[in-house]
Amino acid sequence: MDYTNEPDCKLPLALIVDMPELKENPFRNRIVESFSEDGMGNLSFNEFVDMFSVLSEMAPRELKAIYAFKIYDYNVDNYLCKEDLEKTLNKLTKEELTPEEVELVCEKAIEEADLDGDNKLSYTDFENMISRAPDFLSTFHIRI
Amino acid sequence: ERRERSRRRKGKAEHETSGHEGNKRERDQTRANKNEEKIESGDQLKEKEKALGVKKKKKRRKKVVETSSEPETSEDGDDEEEVNNDGEVRPELLSPEELEKLKEAVDEKKKLIQSLRGKPWPMKQKLVTLRESQLFVEKYEGALGKGKGRKLYAYKVMMTKKWMKFQRDFENFKIACIPWEMKIKEIESHFGSSVASYFIFLRWMYGINMILFSLTFGLVMVPEALMGRAYGSIPRKTVPRAEEAGAMDFAVLWDFGGYAQYSVLFYGYYNNQRAIGWFKFRMPLSYFLVGVGTVAYSYMVVIRTMARNANESGIGDDNSFNFSWKMFTSWDYLIGNPETADNKFASITTSFKEAILEEQESRKDDNIHLTRFLRVLANFLVLCCLAGSGYLIYFVVRRSQKFALDGLENHTWWERNEVNMVMSLLGMFCPMLFDVISTLENYHPRVALQWQLGRIFALFLGNLYTFIIALMDAINLKRKEEKVVKYNITMWEATLYNGTGSENSTAPPITIHPADVPRGPCWETMVGQEFVRLIISDTMTTYITLLIGDFLRAVLVRFLNHCWCWDLEAGFPSYSEFDVSGNVLGLIFNQGMIWMGAFYAPCLPALNLLRLHVSMYLQCWAVMCCNVPQERVFKASGSNNFYMAMLLVILFLSTLPAIYTIVTIPPSFDCGPFSGKNRMFDVIQETLESDFPAWFSKVFSYASNPGLVLPFILLMVLAIYYLQSTSKSYKEANVELKKKLQMVIQRLDNF
Repeated sequence: MDYTNEPDCKLPLALIVDMPELKENPFRNRIVESFSEDGMGNLSFNEFVDMFSVLSEMAPRELKAIYAFKIYDYNVDNYLCKEDLEKTLNKLTKEELTPEEVELVCEKAIEEADLDGDNKLSYTDFENMISRAPDFLSTFHIRI
Repeated sequence: ERRERSRRRKGKAEHETSGHEGNKRERDQTRANKNEEKIESGDQLKEKEKALGVKKKKKRRKKVVETSSEPETSEDGDDEEEVNNDGEVRPELLSPEELEKLKEAVDEKKKLIQSLRGKPWPMKQKLVTLRESQLFVEKYEGALGKGKGRKLYAYKVMMTKKWMKFQRDFENFKIACIPWEMKIKEIESHFGSSVASYFIFLRWMYGINMILFSLTFGLVMVPEALMGRAYGSIPRKTVPRAEEAGAMDFAVLWDFGGYAQYSVLFYGYYNNQRAIGWFKFRMPLSYFLVGVGTVAYSYMVVIRTMARNANESGIGDDNSFNFSWKMFTSWDYLIGNPETADNKFASITTSFKEAILEEQESRKDDNIHLTRFLRVLANFLVLCCLAGSGYLIYFVVRRSQKFALDGLENHTWWERNEVNMVMSLLGMFCPMLFDVISTLENYHPRVALQWQLGRIFALFLGNLYTFIIALMDAINLKRKEEKVVKYNITMWEATLYNGTGSENSTAPPITIHPADVPRGPCWETMVGQEFVRLIISDTMTTYITLLIGDFLRAVLVRFLNHCWCWDLEAGFPSYSEFDVSGNVLGLIFNQGMIWMGAFYAPCLPALNLLRLHVSMYLQCWAVMCCNVPQERVFKASGSNNFYMAMLLVILFLSTLPAIYTIVTIPPSFDCGPFSGKNRMFDVIQETLESDFPAWFSKVFSYASNPGLVLPFILLMVLAIYYLQSTSKSYKEANVELKKKLQMVIQRLDNF
């Protein structure tokens, strides 16, 4: 991979998620995929910079919320439906919760945040919920 | 980026020389990347440029042919063509409305450039948009200046750009200068953000102490050392003959007696000469103002940080998004260590299970009476502990006063340093006791932590104030001694003059070595010394507990594990966890003591700076080497403003005693920069009268008239009340708007 001769080269997903900053993150694949143009996780240099810029301390809250939504949206349909939430929860708890518990948590989460009553979270619902979260800025942060 | 830039330049050159084919590729590329927003603003842009183009087309016949011959190409490309082909826009040709529109366009572009960072576009798109907007602004900005003033306008624009570049470089430099960033990052990735927040707090404290140190060092210690009278020239600057023998001993110096006492480190050394040095540096005034200034600066910084924290965290309603927040904000993206990650997974799972449990069953406390009884019992025990520790300190201080009267040499090291050791030991063991008692109470961990913090706070406060009361007793003792000494000195001077002859005014001044002159007692230096000793012993205790409690424990657990009956690492005692709240409280109280004593011992900020510096390295090493990540990790973020609030309270409470002593107690007659005055703040009066023109002091005396001050205070109280009520009404309006939003969205959906 010769950067000087072809500056448009892309790094494969497998290489990027091996970085020490991302290695232990359960969402590492989704993070890299949501910043890549082709959706497959191959990042050019500009996209790489973009990713860490959004995840840095100085990025504004709205920008972080937009990308957080993209990251948690596993099936990329612009809604956080129940399956997305279930996948997120399983990644977070390493599948230690029983299926009934997972069901309960996802239902409660949708109940809390869903404003328009369509049983899935649109970006407005998500943004409304995350803007009140006191921890969001400090946890959604990678220092490089 | 460089490639893109060179491509554009090439494109422009090609275009200008030959046709527009070279640009087409670029246009296609940029077209593909554009967003709707950009096209919208581009639309408005097009209109304005078309308006310009009308005038321009008259000049370029060739261009008219070209532009009219490609109606199907995108209008944006058209614009680019015109822009790229543009030579100079003659401002005289434009009517004022067009000039206005052009100005608006330029402003819009500038705003776009400013807000580009916050837009969620892919990087390539952002870069392209930025490049275009910058080109546009460059092209038209210079042209906006009218005719004659054009050069000045262009110059102003260039200077603004240079200034912005300088600001950006300076920001980069500032960020590169932040100390200990890599260390903190390592700790963050191992232990999570709550432990790292302690180290960030420590670094912030270090910054504040640096400023305090520079104030006291630069404006108080250095002038006196350089321009004041040298050591040994006047009595107050010399070690008395009686103490001279032991003045250089290490034990005496460690206690801050001997040569350390008679130096710029303490209040007593300073001379009360009004102006020193060749440029008439007002020493007493500077001393007073630096004392006031350090307090004022600290208030400002703490309140500003609190306001900033309050803005960021917002007015959150804690329980409405419990599960959503747990799901989306509980993973700490900073974690980079497998062990910590495992712990974090485990704690997230536990927290979910707890929340589910709470949700499923209705919390019925079956033994509610037992719980209540246990809690009352626990509080009673805690009160007993607090009372006991307060009495112990009082008793010990009394004893040390008795020892002081007997003469300190007759007592062992322990008896001499009893007060400090007792205070430090209490500060170490009582929190552990509170921890044990709190297991009786059976609270949710977050609530239990708040109770624990509150109790430790009360403990430290009680100890500090008992210490101060005991100190006040010592001060009163010294003042009584002063009267006696004054009398003795007059007697001694009388005998001196009588001995050499009975002429009064024409007798030559007798040269007596300053070390032999009888000295008045100096309560301010004594207070300063007490604080310095307290801080030193506190520091030593902290470091020793760190080494023994953390390091030795870790070493024992690690190496004795092979030959021990039970598993030391899993059971008792295992490795210690980093106690964030205890350490933060220790830091806050340490700072409180600095604020209290800095007026009487200008060396305190310097000492504290050294202590914080060493602490940073020592604790970073200890945390990485001997501690394990916490098992129960819960939200510590709400505590951020809690720590600031405690700091503010401590600041207020620690400046109270200092202010009280300044305002009510007359300064010693024989030492310090205020000696000879009735009250310490008289120096202000003196300065106003002598250094400022006459009308100034008149104005000041009118301003400090109670008739003016009282209405002013009343006005401020009214302003506070008004602001409070408006903020309450804003909060209510907020809730209303939220409800309306929900209704509107539902109604929209029904369509």
